[in-house]
Amino acid sequence: MRLVAKGIALLGMALWPVFAHAVLTIEITRGVDIGTPIAVVPFGWEGATPPPQNISDVIGADLARSGRFAVLPRKDFISLPHEDKDVVFKDWRILKAEALVIGSVRLAAPGKYQVQFRLYDVFKGSQIAGFRYTVGADMLRSVAHQISDIIYEKITGEPGAFNTRIAYVTREAPAGVKPVYKLQVADSDGYSPQTVVRSPESLMSPAWSPDGKRLAYVSFEDRRSKVYIQNMTDGRRSMIAEFTGINGAPAWSPDGRSLALTLSRDGNAEIYVMQLDTRVLRRLTRDPAIDTEAAWSPDGRDIVFTSDRAGTPQIYRMSASGGTAERLTFEGDYNARASYAADGKSITFISRSQGGFRVAVLRLDNRTAQVLTETSLDESPSFAPNGRMIIYATEVRGRGVLASVSADGRVRQLFKLEEGDVREPAWSPYNRELQYKE
Amino acid sequence: MKNRKYLVASLLLALAVGGCATDEAAKTTGGESGAAPAQTAPADSGAASGTALSDRERQRRAELLAQKRVHFAFDSSTIDDEARAIIEAHSAHLVANPQLKVTLEGNCDERGTREYNLALGERRAQAVERMMKVLGVAGSRIKTVSYGEEKPLCQEHDESCWRQNRRAEIGY
Repeated sequence: MRLVAKGIALLGMALWPVFAHAVLTIEITRGVDIGTPIAVVPFGWEGATPPPQNISDVIGADLARSGRFAVLPRKDFISLPHEDKDVVFKDWRILKAEALVIGSVRLAAPGKYQVQFRLYDVFKGSQIAGFRYTVGADMLRSVAHQISDIIYEKITGEPGAFNTRIAYVTREAPAGVKPVYKLQVADSDGYSPQTVVRSPESLMSPAWSPDGKRLAYVSFEDRRSKVYIQNMTDGRRSMIAEFTGINGAPAWSPDGRSLALTLSRDGNAEIYVMQLDTRVLRRLTRDPAIDTEAAWSPDGRDIVFTSDRAGTPQIYRMSASGGTAERLTFEGDYNARASYAADGKSITFISRSQGGFRVAVLRLDNRTAQVLTETSLDESPSFAPNGRMIIYATEVRGRGVLASVSADGRVRQLFKLEEGDVREPAWSPYNRELQYKE
Repeated sequence: MKNRKYLVASLLLALAVGGCATDEAAKTTGGESGAAPAQTAPADSGAASGTALSDRERQRRAELLAQKRVHFAFDSSTIDDEARAIIEAHSAHLVANPQLKVTLEGNCDERGTREYNLALGERRAQAVERMMKVLGVAGSRIKTVSYGEEKPLCQEHDESCWRQNRRAEIGY
């Protein structure tokens, strides 16, 4: 079975000069050991030296982090099969494993690795999925995440979002040194961070283009806010907005052709849409209040945004061509920075609740809102492309960290840097360019 | 429009104060880095009103001019009495020193969202700008910029720190 024979997804990133990077480490703070019990057997390997990546460890960590699986400890395993013929289902029923993953890695040619895996239903004693990939060493982690996505989808019935990336901003300010801001992109598990932009002034509001190849963001490098787009395939950057006043809140239309922006060129923060090929601007809001933080619905028809036209910041929805806005949030005196889930059925936003600024979700069908976190300085929530998790920035013991919470609030984790602050996360769309898979 | 009421009051006060300002403005004002305004405050000739400022008034004005920050309540750009007195002093100074240009930087505390705060910071800078214009400073001499929550003065996560960060900075 041949899907897509391209492996260039992450290639563009390699064009960047690579700086020394601190890797984000992930700590699961709630929701360990719930979900489907699964055994991930260490993958077989016949080389003299260890393989460049431990595939089974990456898969196990992905599944554990999702909160949908209880990954069983390896020390309890009775057998360690790598091949189909060696699987004894009784060994796994004893451990109460419902699913089993086995596999192997071998050197197919110099610098080329062949990875194969099989997923089994332990109760039925049958194989659910099995694939083989041949890739270079630099793509092994990506293959592991793709395997995690397949396992996730086969077991939960929903697509996984492990083979995706997150963009975020770090601020490093060691004592006595001027701060350095970096816009970075890493795998969804925090690995392989790459610096996309580096600046002595603040960076904020990174936004992925729908094809995952460009990032729009706000930079203060000229000592005022301007919007840029960084193309991650060819490394080129273009200046998008440097009008008088503020230039901020970039948001891509689902077709990737337009960018919603907040500009105050006409005196007051209003939402505009710029058609990227012609740079023609269309103004969508006309209100003396602050109108900002636009986000498009996945079908491109609507835009949600923040406005304080009723006295406090609240979420509104209007047609993507402008016109009358409908207020969506009524609880509390601060609701802001909404963005849609990929199915368009709910939005996540920041809500002031019991004095804290917390991540909330509003279902658009019945207008019920739920606050998902208990922290007090949350910012910038965005859904994973499968809608199961929300990533956001918060503060823990005086440090800026990223955190994620499952859309039902049951599973939480923290992404931390060893030093410095991390903020402004944005989850990438799906990576549609899969590895060669058979 | 409660803003209008105090703006009118401010204007009257400013005219009273500004009327005392000398035309012989100190010419020693620094550039971007900005010498402390207290040192460049105009000496009082008493020409305009015919009466000299008392030492006490002069000292009060120097103190106000030395303050280059005005503060705001959360999610607000309303100028309170304390801020108004500072803006009036700077406006009078600007009127008396027509060669000066002023930059007003709006800032917010870390709470709430960054992009909303970028807009709120601008609104704070604009609130100061509007008052300065009413007090006779030409709009062409005023530049506003917002840093939102990106340039905190203070890094702690409590109200005393947040108050310091919710500010407009007046820079010459």
